[in-house]
Amino acid sequence: MPRSQKIALGVMAAFFLLAPLVVYPVFLMKAMCFALFACAFNLLIGFGGLLSFGHAMFLGTAGYGAAHAAKVWGFPPEFAILFGTAAAALLGLVTGLLAIRRQGIYFAMITLALAQMMYFFYLQAAFTHGEDGIQAVPRGMLFGFIDLANVWAMYSTVFAIFMAGFLLIYRVIHSPFGQVLKAIRENEQRAISLGYDVDRYKLLAYLLSATLAGVAGATKTLVFQLASLTDAHWSMSGEVVLMTLLGGLGTVFGPVAGALIIISLENYLAQLGAWVTIVQGVIFVICVLTFRRGVIGEIGNWLRKPL
Amino acid sequence: MTEIFGVPTQALFGQLLIGLINGSFYALLSLGLAVIFGLLNIINFTHGAQYMMGAFVAFLLTSKAGLGYWWALAIVPPVVGFTGVIIERLMLSKLYKLDHLYGLLLTFGLALIIQGLFRNEYGTSGLPYPMPAELSGGRNLGFMFLPNYRAWVIVASIGICIATWFVIERTKLGSYLRAATENPALVQAFGINVPRMITLTYGFGVALAALAGVMAAPIYQVSPQMGADLIIVVFAVVVIGGMGSIMGSILTGFGLGVIEGLTKVFYPEASNTVIFVIMAIVLMIKPAGLFGTQK
Amino acid sequence: MKLKQTLIAAAIAAIAGTANAQVSDGVIKIGVMNDMSSLYSDIAGPGSVVAARMAIEDFDAAKKGMKVEVLFADHQNKPDVGSQIANQWYDVDKVDAIFDVPTSSVALAINEITKKKGKAFLVSGAATSDLTGKACSPNTIHWTYDTWMLANGTGSAIVKTGGDSWFFLTADYAFGHALERDTEAVVLKGGGKVLGKVRHPLNAQDFSSFLLQAQASKAKIVGLANAGGDTTNAIKQAAEFGIVKGGQSLAGMLVFITDIHGLGLDKAQGLIFTETFYWDLNAQTRAWTKRFAAANGGKYPSMVQAGVYSAVTHYLKAVEAAKTDDGTKVIAQMKAMPTDDPLFGKGSIRKDGRKLHPAYLVEVKKPAESKGPYDYYKIRTTIPADQAFRPEKDGGCSL
Repeated sequence: MPRSQKIALGVMAAFFLLAPLVVYPVFLMKAMCFALFACAFNLLIGFGGLLSFGHAMFLGTAGYGAAHAAKVWGFPPEFAILFGTAAAALLGLVTGLLAIRRQGIYFAMITLALAQMMYFFYLQAAFTHGEDGIQAVPRGMLFGFIDLANVWAMYSTVFAIFMAGFLLIYRVIHSPFGQVLKAIRENEQRAISLGYDVDRYKLLAYLLSATLAGVAGATKTLVFQLASLTDAHWSMSGEVVLMTLLGGLGTVFGPVAGALIIISLENYLAQLGAWVTIVQGVIFVICVLTFRRGVIGEIGNWLRKPL
Repeated sequence: MTEIFGVPTQALFGQLLIGLINGSFYALLSLGLAVIFGLLNIINFTHGAQYMMGAFVAFLLTSKAGLGYWWALAIVPPVVGFTGVIIERLMLSKLYKLDHLYGLLLTFGLALIIQGLFRNEYGTSGLPYPMPAELSGGRNLGFMFLPNYRAWVIVASIGICIATWFVIERTKLGSYLRAATENPALVQAFGINVPRMITLTYGFGVALAALAGVMAAPIYQVSPQMGADLIIVVFAVVVIGGMGSIMGSILTGFGLGVIEGLTKVFYPEASNTVIFVIMAIVLMIKPAGLFGTQK
Repeated sequence: MKLKQTLIAAAIAAIAGTANAQVSDGVIKIGVMNDMSSLYSDIAGPGSVVAARMAIEDFDAAKKGMKVEVLFADHQNKPDVGSQIANQWYDVDKVDAIFDVPTSSVALAINEITKKKGKAFLVSGAATSDLTGKACSPNTIHWTYDTWMLANGTGSAIVKTGGDSWFFLTADYAFGHALERDTEAVVLKGGGKVLGKVRHPLNAQDFSSFLLQAQASKAKIVGLANAGGDTTNAIKQAAEFGIVKGGQSLAGMLVFITDIHGLGLDKAQGLIFTETFYWDLNAQTRAWTKRFAAANGGKYPSMVQAGVYSAVTHYLKAVEAAKTDDGTKVIAQMKAMPTDDPLFGKGSIRKDGRKLHPAYLVEVKKPAESKGPYDYYKIRTTIPADQAFRPEKDGGCSL
């Protein structure tokens, strides 16, 4: 790990450890869940070159899975998260097999189509309770003895999950597997001629991204104790694209910064009432016109260091 | 009486016709989107907002200036198209060399801004727009009651679609346009102002969206959100037809309108989803869409 | 001079402080949360904040030595955003009570949070009757209307006047299903029959196909179990397809005055539905509406906004009487006291959290009958408070 990234990692960990002293912890937990979601998404587009426009289906599936497992079947939190994640991973495998054969905008549209079908399924299925959502999901006792109703216990758990997910993604990006992915993104034909089974690499990256998005969705469900259609809606797929782009596509820390910015906007602009979406729109326009590398990408470029 | 899956054939005729009418809106909107994508390589996510602007400007013309529907048909498309020209000159023109993603994001942001501003000014519950007197009422076709206005919508949109297709595929101007997308430098060398041509093309695409908005105003509620959900469906239509294929998006627009109409009879809950099911199937079998060619 | 003013202010503050020894941090904080930027911003939105401010002003809180502050936020119809704002309001900003909250999913989430934190939640905007049924809570009062009341009011009145065969256009969403189910029960109970139903996706925009099906069913009444843009679009297109001219009538299950305003009387005339507030009920409601419209950019109040005014008024009375702003105690006090305000008249709050007041079955006027903007309704029947809402025993509330 280069020194610049070590410092950035330290800054990020310190931020999430110290911030709850001054910033509201539930807000930070939400930010970490979305940061992990955006990192998972970034793994696919930033390093695999695949733009998914249906990532909300993994967030939503894992959320519903975890909520149902915890509320109806009485799963303890660790198994509820695992169950939700497994559901997202399975969905990732099935949709991945269908989608990875297409590239560019066609890949994006297939994922969008599949996500719309999943949305329809969740709208129709009885266990999701339609737009009311699964409410009052119990947080339960982690490993049987840590009461997650305590906000600090919950915060530590979310922090641990987020850091583990983040470091896993970092590891993957810098593994030989990640290098091959980058090679495929840069020039798919060359990677094929070098003898790599391109489809298998892509499928694996897609599956990994789906699974980690699932972890984020399941964790988020426990934080808010609810699962709802919002998480499976196509606008959520759009939101994660925006987070990643705003932070810096293909940078390691960009998605975290992007998620933090978007969630803060949503939170602090709530007081502005009707102006929320207008301010969001203005930010996207400015972002696309002036700093396309994203916040972290621009900083990294200015420092001439990878971030 | 004969029946198909428990639905009388007569009723089915009615539903097919209704589907065709809805399809004409899809065709008009996806035509504009396809023209813009084909020539600018930009996925215009502002299209839904521009459709909404068309309806609103028509509303403002009646309420502020007393100008009715027919005036709106003539005035609104150039006015809204001109706002498109400004957007293209100030912003989109800076993005042509970049990935599709940036154009999509920029136009998505613009849509948020436009819809937000209209919402702040006019609220969300919508505004009334009168049916033009010449087209109110309807006729009984035997199998259904067809409002005159719907008949007009279908005729007008077929006319506009064919005219647009003809201009782009069969005239000299159209051939310049097509050539400019293939090789702008070469066309420029022939002494044609390519940037201006592209600007006007965007303005034309936007004007088409606005025109659809005016046509929608008498039958759908004029509200800031009216195009927000439509854009993704229309975009799906363009993809199914084959991105950039003019005829493809016209035919797909009408075709999907009919399929959606039939879904509304047999499985109404899924009528919003059926287009995506078709899109997934088409992309798996024909990656470039029904009428597209893969580059 | 300046010193004198400061001293007086300090003295007043000191007196006020002692008078409210029980009020946490000396301030009663009211949070108005709703949709300010999309679907429901006209029926709730900034207008609800205006209504809350008016209630505080009319209560003369300052004179009584009570310091009341209003916060507001946009939940964007997302339950996680709403739930996070609620948590933050209660924990960090020391908000004592949350008002309004349209969108059932958000309201149900805040219902849970409020119960856990022992605060107070007064719902005006959300429709789901679960809030006083299986999700009822000692910290929540459901104020203005609910799905059962709408279905019952409109359904039974129409069946009584001969509208005994129905066809439903239902939004394929939980609230649509609830409206349809409750109305169907009323229709069947009244001896009517349901000839068919069609479930359309939310924001369907084009209803012609569904309307043709309704037309073919030959039902006397086409029941619109949907809301907002779906209802207005359906009504607009029903006029176009000659549904009403052909002898069928439309019945709106969830219609607000803002919808009628957006449709125009020529499209909406003859529509029958239920509301719990109309600005032109009596001299008091007219006087209040005049002030409200002046503060709300000329827009007249919806029943949701009127409900926020009424709820804030009663809440402040209860805080004054109970001498505390502890959520659970205030809600208990609110239930113990009869309600009385210029908009909803005298009423009461049931043990399960249901606020009881009369409901009005209204019919939209013909353009010729209307004397000006917002002169839209004829009151056909007044449904007394004890019949307007679901009987307590049928809700399944455990309180």
